Amino acid sequence: MISFEIPEKLQQETKMAEMVAAQVMRPKSRYLDEHEHERPSDFINIMWPVIKEQYKKQLAGLQNGNGSQPKREGPNWAVLRFVLLIEMLSWGDTGQYLCMPGGGLGGSAVEAVGTPEQKVRFFSRFAEGNEPSWGSMAITEPDAGSDNSSMRTTAVLDPATNEWIINGEKIFITSGSLSLKESDGFCVVWATVDPTAGRKGIKSFVVEGRTPGVEVSHGLDKLGIRASDTVILSFRDVRVPYENLLGSPEVREKSTKGFAGAMQTFDASRPAVAASAMGIARAALEFTKQKLVEDGIVLDYTKPRHELTAVERDVLNMEAQYKTAWLLTLKAAAAIAHGQGNRLEASMCKAHAGTAVTRITQKSVELLGPLGYSRELLAEKWMRDAKINDIYEGTRQINLLIVARSILGYSRRELK
Amino acid sequence: MLEFQLDEEQKMLTDAIHRYSTEMVRKVFRDADEEGRIPAEVIQAGWEMGVLATSLPEAYGGFGDYSAVTQVLAAEAFGWGDLATALAVMTPNLVAIPVLLAGTEAQKEAHLPLFAEENPPKVTAALTEPRIQYDPRRLQTTAVLDHDHYVLNGRKTYVPLAAEAETFLIYANEDGQTQAFFVAAGTNGLTVGERDKLMGIKGLPTYKLSLENVRIPAENRLGGAAGSDFETLLNHSRLAQGALAVGLTQASFEYARDYAKQRVQFGEPIAQRQSIAFMLAEMAIDVESARMLVWEAAWLLDQGQDATHEITVMKHFIDEMAVRVADQGLQTLGGYGYIREYPMELWLRNARGFATFDGVAMV
Repeated sequence: MISFEIPEKLQQETKMAEMVAAQVMRPKSRYLDEHEHERPSDFINIMWPVIKEQYKKQLAGLQNGNGSQPKREGPNWAVLRFVLLIEMLSWGDTGQYLCMPGGGLGGSAVEAVGTPEQKVRFFSRFAEGNEPSWGSMAITEPDAGSDNSSMRTTAVLDPATNEWIINGEKIFITSGSLSLKESDGFCVVWATVDPTAGRKGIKSFVVEGRTPGVEVSHGLDKLGIRASDTVILSFRDVRVPYENLLGSPEVREKSTKGFAGAMQTFDASRPAVAASAMGIARAALEFTKQKLVEDGIVLDYTKPRHELTAVERDVLNMEAQYKTAWLLTLKAAAAIAHGQGNRLEASMCKAHAGTAVTRITQKSVELLGPLGYSRELLAEKWMRDAKINDIYEGTRQINLLIVARSILGYSRRELK
Repeated sequence: MLEFQLDEEQKMLTDAIHRYSTEMVRKVFRDADEEGRIPAEVIQAGWEMGVLATSLPEAYGGFGDYSAVTQVLAAEAFGWGDLATALAVMTPNLVAIPVLLAGTEAQKEAHLPLFAEENPPKVTAALTEPRIQYDPRRLQTTAVLDHDHYVLNGRKTYVPLAAEAETFLIYANEDGQTQAFFVAAGTNGLTVGERDKLMGIKGLPTYKLSLENVRIPAENRLGGAAGSDFETLLNHSRLAQGALAVGLTQASFEYARDYAKQRVQFGEPIAQRQSIAFMLAEMAIDVESARMLVWEAAWLLDQGQDATHEITVMKHFIDEMAVRVADQGLQTLGGYGYIREYPMELWLRNARGFATFDGVAMV
């Protein structure tokens, strides 16, 4: 069946997120942009109890089912719920949304490859405790960006203590400081246990907050999403228990299953990034149209082609880019809900949304003239925030590569 | 709930149309373009797919109910085969859909049963006018009420299959509003002029039409005394165009993809070069984007919601997407793309038509 209907319950939840976005996030948007390394405490404090409730429910499910997920009937809307929430919070403010407490991308990795025991152990901090905590994920290295299989961070087993010793450097880590230095959170660190084994040697390890040997840099200074905590992590003989290697015994063996797990998290995180992009795009589009109308500029799209003004044409283009990217995002989320593979859809929506939001926000600054370029309004900030969506969770080019391999039936070797 | 899978009936229908497109349409479409005519048996076989008949209620001789979603799925599959053939097969829609959506009871009873018959009824519609500043909402063709008759005057172009049509649905400006009027072939003052010479869709004969004081009974207005809402008709027509564009560009994408995988240069298939592979990826994203816009708008109409804004955005997108994708498809084939032995140049010429075929002139 073909249907674009969003389940009623999710629509209501989105309405609640809209209140947070409009009343908590937007009023702090400009301040936090200009005070780069301050934390969005209002947003964090309002979200923490909500996040705790979610994790409590999830843990109860894990424990009741002897660690296995409760059997579901019908579609699993978890990713769609997440996509809708992120779209709305990013409409509020992307930098702040990225500071949302809870597992984040690290949580997604534990979810994707962790054993039931590991899920309980690592997630319970998000269900308990008075202070918020964060999860993060560390893949990228200074010399291993898109080519993350060439990472050099190592994990060596010390047989005497049955501990892994991690050494290396990771960069562009979202919520790296929040998860490792400012809370009892954790970071999922990807490292190789055998540098000669390529992808087969790459595994993921949970490093808990405040573990000795982890050095967290000052926050990186960025073009946009300045409220987001982005750091460099250095690991110097960081020791973690053997059991912090994520996954079942077969993942721990010499197979690409560990690395495949990282790639699997992208199937859900790419639609999430696309959704975040679309939140900014919607904010910019709504604002642009509103300001144009306030300024007495009539937008009549029903005119024939030869009578459309340049502004009408631009706005129509913005709407089309926004709409197409959003619908592709919904399609990628729906595929997951119905238990279908979505690697192609996930990369399609991410590639399209990252570029769409970049163009939409740049056009918004242009159309709004002196108001667009002014730091008194948010249009210029959205343009700066938007660009990250064309870069993280795989640049546009990497996602196009994945789309191309998929439609051509090519392996990594056949299409480099 | 949010889902993008065709149901069983839709799958059967689109599979059948794809089979028809592969086995019949793709065998003749190049010759049809060169010779300016589509073999009658190909159009007949397309008609026998029964898309229109299964969209009409039983009360009027049909076998089902109208679903915009099913219509766009069918149109995409026809468009994948060949645009000119699709438009020929769908020409009866130009009358059937407006009557179904806006006709009076008497008009429905008079016209709809024809569309469930074995042979396509000889009907067509005339909207487009031969001038640069053509605007379907402000036509220059006029309809003036004279007691119990309307008098029509004006000039039309792009009227498909007009030479053999027995009934015309002619759009005219009545006090600033676009309304449609049934005119029988042979009515005094109605002249079918010369055949249009177009850049593409050359297999489909379309004609110029002139109306000089054509007098018709007042009840021949679509919707009778109430008239019809042109925006509604326009929406359904644009949706069909969007779906045809998706089908056409899907075809162009598939051909370019398959070609790039077997065309070897510098010792490897050109698809293994990012410059080609990325172009193909962008084409795939463009086509899928267009498809989602078309599906969403169709779904909204089936929900009884107003989709005018969505359809306006969709039409704007597909007009440009169609040319962009068809052009990239041609580019993938390099010199061969420019040669008429290959379909790419035909698809580019056809794709360029969407921005021109605005409104209910063509589907």
